[in-house]
Amino acid sequence: MGRTLAEKVWEQHVVRRAEGEPDLLFIDLHLIHEVTSPQAFDGLRMADRKVRRPDLTIATEDHNVPTVLGPISDPVSRTQVETLRKNAAEFGVRLHPMGDAGQGVVHIIGPQFGLTQPGMTIVCGDSHTSTHGAFGAIAFGIGTSEVEHVLATQTLPAYRPKTMAIEVKGALPYGVTAKDLILAIIAKIGTGGGQGHIVEYRGEAIRNLSMEGRMTVCNMSIEAGARAGLIAPDETTFAYLKGRPHAPTGADWDQALAYWQTLRTDDDAVFDKVVEIDAATLTPFVTWGTNPGQGAPLGSAVPAPEEFADPTERAAAERALEYMGLTAGTPLSEVAVDTVFVGSCTNGRLEDLRAAADILRGRTVKTRTLIVPGSMLVKLEAEKEGLHEVFKAAGAEWREAGCSMCLGMNPDTLAPGERSASTSNRNFEGRQGKGGRTHLVSPQVAAATAVTGKLTAPADLANQ
Amino acid sequence: MEAFTTHTGTAVPLRRSNVDTDQIIPAVWLKQVSRTGFEKGLFAAWREDPSFVLNNPVYQGASILLAGPDFGTGSSREHAVWALQQYGFRVVIAARFGDIFRNNSTKMGLLPVVLEAKTVEELQAAVEADPSVRITVDLVERQVRLGEGAWAFDIDDYTRWRLIEGLDDIGLTLRHADDITAYENGRQPWLPTTV
Repeated sequence: MGRTLAEKVWEQHVVRRAEGEPDLLFIDLHLIHEVTSPQAFDGLRMADRKVRRPDLTIATEDHNVPTVLGPISDPVSRTQVETLRKNAAEFGVRLHPMGDAGQGVVHIIGPQFGLTQPGMTIVCGDSHTSTHGAFGAIAFGIGTSEVEHVLATQTLPAYRPKTMAIEVKGALPYGVTAKDLILAIIAKIGTGGGQGHIVEYRGEAIRNLSMEGRMTVCNMSIEAGARAGLIAPDETTFAYLKGRPHAPTGADWDQALAYWQTLRTDDDAVFDKVVEIDAATLTPFVTWGTNPGQGAPLGSAVPAPEEFADPTERAAAERALEYMGLTAGTPLSEVAVDTVFVGSCTNGRLEDLRAAADILRGRTVKTRTLIVPGSMLVKLEAEKEGLHEVFKAAGAEWREAGCSMCLGMNPDTLAPGERSASTSNRNFEGRQGKGGRTHLVSPQVAAATAVTGKLTAPADLANQ
Repeated sequence: MEAFTTHTGTAVPLRRSNVDTDQIIPAVWLKQVSRTGFEKGLFAAWREDPSFVLNNPVYQGASILLAGPDFGTGSSREHAVWALQQYGFRVVIAARFGDIFRNNSTKMGLLPVVLEAKTVEELQAAVEADPSVRITVDLVERQVRLGEGAWAFDIDDYTRWRLIEGLDDIGLTLRHADDITAYENGRQPWLPTTV
């Protein structure tokens, strides 16, 4: 019987397999940031251990950093960043600190450097590591104990997850994006739908996505409960990689390419679970609740808890509407927001910024609008194209690279009761600041919402 | 890691589904560089509400959390496990767990026990009726017991063994350092390095 892509990549990385034990899996790339690493480095020091493969490890500063120029004013955040600097220096790990041209959100810089390649295993102490699956890698988030384990051994003991196919049939209609697609997928299968599985996204609509769009889809695999999501590499992947600083060159490129071309699910392979989605029926999608599965088409209304047959879901919906300050039956397009955020590892890449700029060009924002490039390189590229001028002319704020308003660890936060339209990945209670209310949206919807002050699809902006 | 064989204690019913790790320990608490002091941040936002179940004095001293389905979804922050442990929990029982949270728990010796949703609700109801009832979670027998009732739970042999022995994963892996070196020697030369 044939094998799935995930099975092929997994098998390639098994260092040791023994009956009744998890596989010992080799890790090709370990990404580090300031939040989940300090206790891991402490553990190494206490046991007098070294980083086994500093040459397969890279660090950046992203979660805590302010997105305006200047030092970190919060002393606790500053200590955490300084701790990473000390650890990177002591253990010989390459670090891109604030202000460095290579600095950025950890899941933006890996692909940007060409360090993320097909068929690799990639981990990071961050659940959105699934982003790198867009290249046909097995990439997943780990906790601090596992960070220490990878630092010390460059391996992880793990059982191979089951496999799940999400087949996206047909083509996405004009104006419907990768973000709308993944939000619709999560609403369909639920926040636990992918638990215990590696998801492979397949089908025409996936093939037609750019690398940026594929990263957006894979990024949010974890919001459907799947630790990892991946997409088979193809010409789009190879074209993205070619010429990047860490991509192979010359004869190495030819060898790598020949291998990468074998990285696809065999026709006779069987997935443990298959879900089908019809892309052609999708429209811009937003969340109304406090988990990423609580989403609906922007053209619909806030649902009533009674619409949910399952009592647990009904109770969750009731609680979510209360927290979000929403009334069932209100058209989502009438929900007014205070802040718009475009950025994060989900939607902080150049393509996302271009999409937002296309909508904001010649228009004016009605809300506080933060545009935060995912990395310093994204910032540089956007400025070369003049996107920053478009944003500033529209009245939006153009910031430095970082995680920003995705997670409430740096100065970019919502005030209690404040409502955002956000291109990030989580609408959990208090995620963007205590008491803040988050609606997850695509960059296009975020930009259109900034113009009207209410959740708005770009198509409805035509006359504004 | 603290070894875990069997544990008997009182429990707290947390009747909410999809309790993500941002709720268990809000991000502002993640700025610490130490491994201690996280109990103060456990469910920090919810604990400001006097009616939140952890604020009910009848559940003081409970060491077993009876949670709703999909507990520990979201962020990979192991701080969520540290906060629960440092607050005094040894076990979390739920119908489903977020994969990363579950994994982090077993690395630290906090036992995640999966029981059917119906069973978790029965246990929650029993504890609500009498908060002093003591539940036993027996990892050796893979069984949860309350009064006359007993429910079996699944956990793989290897993880169970590690927890019972309280073994450090890194130490176990380093026994196979030669296998790692052999694997490294066979890797493709074109694979990227960060240098």
